[in-house]
Amino acid sequence: MSFLRTILLVLRKDLVVELRSGEILYTTAFFAVSCVLVFAFGFVREGRDLQDVAPGILWIAIAFSGTLALGRTFERERQSETLRALIVAPVDRPALYLAKLIGVTTLMAAVELLIVPLAALLFDAPLFRHALMTAALLAAGTVGFSAVGTLFAAMLVRARSRDVLLPILLYPLTVPVIIAGVRGTAALLQQPEPDLAIARMWLSLMVSFDVVFITLALWTFEPLMTD
Amino acid sequence: MVPGRSRWRAVLLWILLAAGPAAHVSLSAQEQPPKRPAQDEFVPLSELPPQEQLPAAPLLIAAYSVAWIVVAGYLFSIWRRMGRVEQELAEVSRRLQQRRS
Amino acid sequence: MAMPRWFAPLTVVVAAMFAYAPISIANAPIESTMLLVQKIFYFHVPSWFVMFSGAFLCAGASVRYLTKGSREADHYAITGAELAVVFGLIGLITGPLWGRKAWGVWWQWDVKLTLALVVWLSFVAYLLLRRFGGPGSEKLAAAVGIFGAVNIPFVYYSVNWWRTIHPKTSVVPTLGPGMRGTFWFCTLAFMLLMVLIAAMRVRLERHRALVNDLYLELED
Repeated sequence: MSFLRTILLVLRKDLVVELRSGEILYTTAFFAVSCVLVFAFGFVREGRDLQDVAPGILWIAIAFSGTLALGRTFERERQSETLRALIVAPVDRPALYLAKLIGVTTLMAAVELLIVPLAALLFDAPLFRHALMTAALLAAGTVGFSAVGTLFAAMLVRARSRDVLLPILLYPLTVPVIIAGVRGTAALLQQPEPDLAIARMWLSLMVSFDVVFITLALWTFEPLMTD
Repeated sequence: MVPGRSRWRAVLLWILLAAGPAAHVSLSAQEQPPKRPAQDEFVPLSELPPQEQLPAAPLLIAAYSVAWIVVAGYLFSIWRRMGRVEQELAEVSRRLQQRRS
Repeated sequence: MAMPRWFAPLTVVVAAMFAYAPISIANAPIESTMLLVQKIFYFHVPSWFVMFSGAFLCAGASVRYLTKGSREADHYAITGAELAVVFGLIGLITGPLWGRKAWGVWWQWDVKLTLALVVWLSFVAYLLLRRFGGPGSEKLAAAVGIFGAVNIPFVYYSVNWWRTIHPKTSVVPTLGPGMRGTFWFCTLAFMLLMVLIAAMRVRLERHRALVNDLYLELED
């Protein structure tokens, strides 16, 4: 079976399953909203420049809800024992990884469609002034986060303490993504003039991170999945 | 119900009831901690106010002690684990020998 | 499984070096701006050298483990990770003790400190995974080790850009002539200590693996 066809089939399966119940999407989205609110309660006060906190809160919410989404996606596979079925199927393993990666990223994109306007509203942050750049930063960051996360979540399916181990493994490794995301978004929110050059610089860092780590993940997925 | 357990529950309940007023009293009696400006830049020793000029010796001694203690602790941990593994090794070998003979 | 032949003589050498080290450090010239406390530097920097060496050992051994499936490589991987965490801990504690006196603050978000902290955390995660991940976690841990090492330049650049846009000065003294000798002596002592500890730790892992194999044989 061709590489691309495998990806499309697995993606379609995941999409259909998710659309039927909406379980992961709704719960993750609501979790992300609660995250933003909790952080808002933590940081917002009178006289403080709200726009400073918006990028940080946004990206932390993405990181936390992303971790949750990753865990839940693979938990579903584990419970139906479909992961084993996927692995023994005569398909390219890296195709499985890419399919899962695209699936998780799409899920996170849907969640971000919700919390980015919310953050823009709550913190009076002009996140849509350079919508394309913001979208690019979010996309690159989410892909980077999911690239590392998908690999680890897939591996942890068979491990004990998998719930807490995923964030322990994921957060130190995705520090560059978080820094780049927050600083890039902050550069776009700068008063009086948003600094597009700096935002582009952060975007390029994230893109190179994505390329390197997706390649690394594709390379290690095969030996990792073979028992 | 085991008598000990119900006593523990009573104790916990009293603690919970006492915690409320105690917290209120302590919080209202709190003073503000003295503010100290954070320093991000290197300031020469002579320019710091006197109370900021920490004696160096305790810090130096503390640092070296930490280094020694951590290394010694790690070596000790390896040594102890090695002892346990060797014991297990002897035990398993013995059992295998018994089975073979 | 006896220790390699060079182990005993090396132990003597390292012990002698560490016995001499305090004398060498005490005799080293006192640095003019930071005075006495700068002498923490002689233990602090070599600890970081050992940490990064351990990290790269872990990453390299992990690559070998994933590609060749060599169990021996796995022994070296966990050894590297433990060395990285232990000596990183020394660095992370001695650093603020020095910094408090030299800079007035316990911590600064400058590049070297933040990079060291993130790398240290990555290898703490490695050890936690090995310890609590259950059977089969060696392979995933190998991936964590590799990712952790590959991450180093990314963390370096991201923190560097993050901090230089809002510049903060941090002062690390340049080495005067009298200090250089002491510094390299201490560095050599630490690196040799690392070799010693690695030899012991790998031997421990080998024995553990042997015990596991024998248990399996027993159960057959």
